Amino acid sequence: MSNYSLSVSATIEPSATASELGTFLERLHGWVVTVDHKRLGILYILYSTFFLLIAGAEALLIRLQLAYPHNHVLSAQVYNRFFTMHGTTMVFLVGMPFLFGFANYIVPLQIGARDMAFPRLNAFSFWLTAFGGLLLYYSFLGGAGLYGVGNAPDVGWFAYAPLTERSFSPGHATDYWALALIVSGFGTLGTAINIIATVISMRCKGMTLMRMPLFTWLLLIVSMLTLVTITPLTAAQFMLLIDRYLGGHFFDTQAGGSSLIWIHFFWIFGHPEVYVLVLPAFAIANEIIPVFSRKAIFGYPAMVSASVAIMFVSLGVWAHHMFTVGMTSVSNAFFTLSTMMVGVPTGIKIFNWIATLWGGRIRFTTPMLFCIGFLFQFLISGLTGIMLSVSPWDWQLHNSYFVIAHFHYVLVGAIVFCIFAAIYYWYPKATGRLMDETLGRWHFWLFVIGFHITFDTMHFLGLLGMPRSIYTYQPDRGWNLLNLVVSIGGLIQGIAVLIFAYNFIVSYWRGKVAGDDPWDAWTLEWATSSPPPVYNFEELPEVHSRRPLWDLKHPDDPDWEYES
Amino acid sequence: MSSVPINHPGHTIEWHLPSKRRVGMSALITGESAIFTIFVAAYVFYMGKSLTGPTPQQILEVPIVGTICLLLSSLAIYRAEKAIEEERMASFTLWLAATITLGAVFLIETTLEWKKLIYQDGLTISTNLFGTTFYSLVGLHATHVVVGLFLLSATFVFSLFGWVDSRQSERFGVIALYWHFVDAVWIVVFTVVYLIGR
Amino acid sequence: MQMAPTRLLIPIGGATACLLRTTTLLAQDRIPTTLAPVSTPAHLIFDLSIFVVAITGGIFLVVGGLLAITLLRFRARKTDPAGEPAQIYGSTQIELAWTVIPILIVVVLFLATSRIIFAIQDAPRPKAALDVSVIGHQFWWEFRYPKYGVVTANELHIPVSSDSEPEATFLKLTSADVNHSFWVPQLAGKTDLIANRVNSTWMDPQKPGLYLGQCAQFCGSQHALMLLRVYVDTPDQFAAWIKNQQQPARQDSEAATGRRVFETQACMNCHTIFGTAATGRFGPDLTHLMSRTTLASGAMDNTPANLREWIKSPDTFKRGALMPAMQLSDKQLDEVTAYLETLK
Repeated sequence: MSNYSLSVSATIEPSATASELGTFLERLHGWVVTVDHKRLGILYILYSTFFLLIAGAEALLIRLQLAYPHNHVLSAQVYNRFFTMHGTTMVFLVGMPFLFGFANYIVPLQIGARDMAFPRLNAFSFWLTAFGGLLLYYSFLGGAGLYGVGNAPDVGWFAYAPLTERSFSPGHATDYWALALIVSGFGTLGTAINIIATVISMRCKGMTLMRMPLFTWLLLIVSMLTLVTITPLTAAQFMLLIDRYLGGHFFDTQAGGSSLIWIHFFWIFGHPEVYVLVLPAFAIANEIIPVFSRKAIFGYPAMVSASVAIMFVSLGVWAHHMFTVGMTSVSNAFFTLSTMMVGVPTGIKIFNWIATLWGGRIRFTTPMLFCIGFLFQFLISGLTGIMLSVSPWDWQLHNSYFVIAHFHYVLVGAIVFCIFAAIYYWYPKATGRLMDETLGRWHFWLFVIGFHITFDTMHFLGLLGMPRSIYTYQPDRGWNLLNLVVSIGGLIQGIAVLIFAYNFIVSYWRGKVAGDDPWDAWTLEWATSSPPPVYNFEELPEVHSRRPLWDLKHPDDPDWEYES
Repeated sequence: MSSVPINHPGHTIEWHLPSKRRVGMSALITGESAIFTIFVAAYVFYMGKSLTGPTPQQILEVPIVGTICLLLSSLAIYRAEKAIEEERMASFTLWLAATITLGAVFLIETTLEWKKLIYQDGLTISTNLFGTTFYSLVGLHATHVVVGLFLLSATFVFSLFGWVDSRQSERFGVIALYWHFVDAVWIVVFTVVYLIGR
Repeated sequence: MQMAPTRLLIPIGGATACLLRTTTLLAQDRIPTTLAPVSTPAHLIFDLSIFVVAITGGIFLVVGGLLAITLLRFRARKTDPAGEPAQIYGSTQIELAWTVIPILIVVVLFLATSRIIFAIQDAPRPKAALDVSVIGHQFWWEFRYPKYGVVTANELHIPVSSDSEPEATFLKLTSADVNHSFWVPQLAGKTDLIANRVNSTWMDPQKPGLYLGQCAQFCGSQHALMLLRVYVDTPDQFAAWIKNQQQPARQDSEAATGRRVFETQACMNCHTIFGTAATGRFGPDLTHLMSRTTLASGAMDNTPANLREWIKSPDTFKRGALMPAMQLSDKQLDEVTAYLETLK
């Protein structure tokens, strides 16, 4: 641990005394009206942690119902609402806010700026997203009320038309889905615009694009991708509402409308969306792996070009979710090829990370443990993704538990693992205290064991013919034991997350004091105090390489002499 | 006290970054273009597929006057941009008024066109696929025109009060960028709906 | 810290256990497994999948192994010298190599895959082929054999294909309402049923028997109980089945009261019984209801008690099914059940 600190932070007072902070109401008011990117980042992260626990509970109830065939924990209608809400919540109210929350907190610090480009838009976007989530969950109180899970959406998270048309979904469940996501979608759009403007227009002196930390690069790419990803969904949802309320016929098969264009529009959103979710995970790994290998990232320019390539190619693979709708053989072949191609820049990144570890001095701190889990699991999920890209095999595996296993391997095994890594890594910066390492290890090992018990097994359920979205299954199909095993793994993961939640909360008061730079890292956020003052840096820095703090700590061997 | 690296061979760095406002508006335009693309895609997909009801060939008339006005309004706003940059505020106010007027004429023509379509030809958003896709696409564009006119009118009122000068030229440039986008979208919509689709 | 071996053991151990269990399960024949194909499309897919697993498995062993070795070899040790290790920023040759090799692997995989795509999707239709139309409903399957004039529901009968008498069945698939998907893993990959659109698929099962499947596209509340039973018959069995299905409904004088209940209590509005006045199309054709082993697309066994309870209250078995509770009296229920029991 380095005791080197820049004089930029030497004159900062760590924290004011309680009486100076004001009354509880004054402090609450400060949080509600804040436009400070750090506070908004924390609000996003707290918001998504809250929904992570809720959607996790929904998942546990789903697994409880499926632990035995013909179980009666949840009725069909309630189950259908729960799996819809689980998916919708995890993607829109957990994944996106977590990742944009980290972006909000870290990007301005990493580029040496005082705040985001548009602080008020930042606050507005957060509250829009928050309201969207509130609206979505308000649906639980509609309809029959909390008995029968109210009017929560029950059409699956991809809400295929014509199931969502008025004739097949007469209540308001689908409306909650569409409206809540339209509203939070505008919030997401606002944040994306903000990140782009911040990264392009507010970098500190000397920080060319090719000297930005990879975390910031990837969040720039994610934000650009978001602009053309979330908007097709918003458009399709407007069309759905026009059908439901203005008598439109976009997806009305009785009037010649087509279910297929909903499917196209949804996946034109849906596929790039998963890259919007996974690229920030790469961003996090790009920061943590070098620091705990004690080496610079291997092949920075390639990492940038691979990410840009992913951004473009990911826009051309969407119909690999549609191999079974009856496209021509040529279309199926095209999307098979494009999907396999997008695996190339993605796979290369794994090699770059291994090369970064190679020759290093690897420290197995909790954030690093989660990143290592990420590496193995992302490798496996990339390979099952290749399996799914083989369209004839996909004709068997599509909509089966193999697909659920694959995408949870990415969403949990890669993204959630990286989110945990990021929390353990940057928590000291945001709060000034380290999270407990022992509890972190318990969290990691329980979570990894539970994860593999659940999701490794799940692949076989898919191979044995079990489709998704079913509230129960027949006892004579050979799925009983495997389902029970999957459910048990879920419980273990739940326990792990509770340990994490305890650590997260208690460390705020009892964690070891972290100091400016507890990990001996090299990017600008570690050059200021923990937590940073509201204006981030007393003087805006000037940089000459990709690792400004490495240059400071190693003046005899600075990075700028080696970077291409 | 210094910030990061001290011993770099000293040369002052020329450091110019693009304007954050322009970048932000360009990003917004990119997102909006994606929304319009989806509505255009739906329009094109459903061309000729209505099961009933009036077809474009039967009832659509090319809105020539409105289109010319909208295109001219882009020219007018360009002159207004030049005026505010050079602090010719009277000229600015005039060109701004011209832009608003031309935009308003476009909206009026759209209104009259829709009045005819609804009451004379019996085409509503629920009549058939053509009605649904037509009103959605053209309506989405018209909404953006309304928003643009609102922004321009607010600027016009401010300039009447004398509160606008060349220091706001970048901000006005951003509004102009939006207005040019609205115009460009109309070129696409016009071509697809009134030229190709008929 | 000995982490890496443990990290590998967990997935490997888990996978092996599941595989063992799976192979024992395969000994039974009620599993809708993708791993025991009996029809050409399913065979082609299975063989391709083995090839893909070989390649991806190889990649996993190489890359995963490299990762594990790296973590072991370069872990921080107390005996490490002070300071930082050598900083290596990149290597153009290495990075070029590990870009080119994956591209080559992709090319190989793609070529292998395309061959199978065209082999299955664009397979030429043989002269001796059976045509069946499949129409998806919430939450049951309608099957029509246009050449034979047969209409039935939920349980599909198709002929077996042998070397001496090759026989393929070509299915045309569409939906009467929302999206569904026809999936019987041992026979073929799944194909979706979409309203306003006719998809097609084919199968040529080489072993007679019963094959299970179910709807594989979420279609509403009872998607889970939209099950499929496909009986692959020998030529004799198939001919006999067709002959029976072509007959109009049996007229049993003892069941006349029940038949009248059926005709007067609005059952005719939804159901067809061929040869009677009942020509409703919303619900399944009941002409040969007793030739099926299950009711309500596999939700329960076809027994008199189940049938009576289904008519009395469909919610008992399949809450959300679109058949309403018919509000019949006990006497009417007994009579109509007795009538339906005669429809062999």
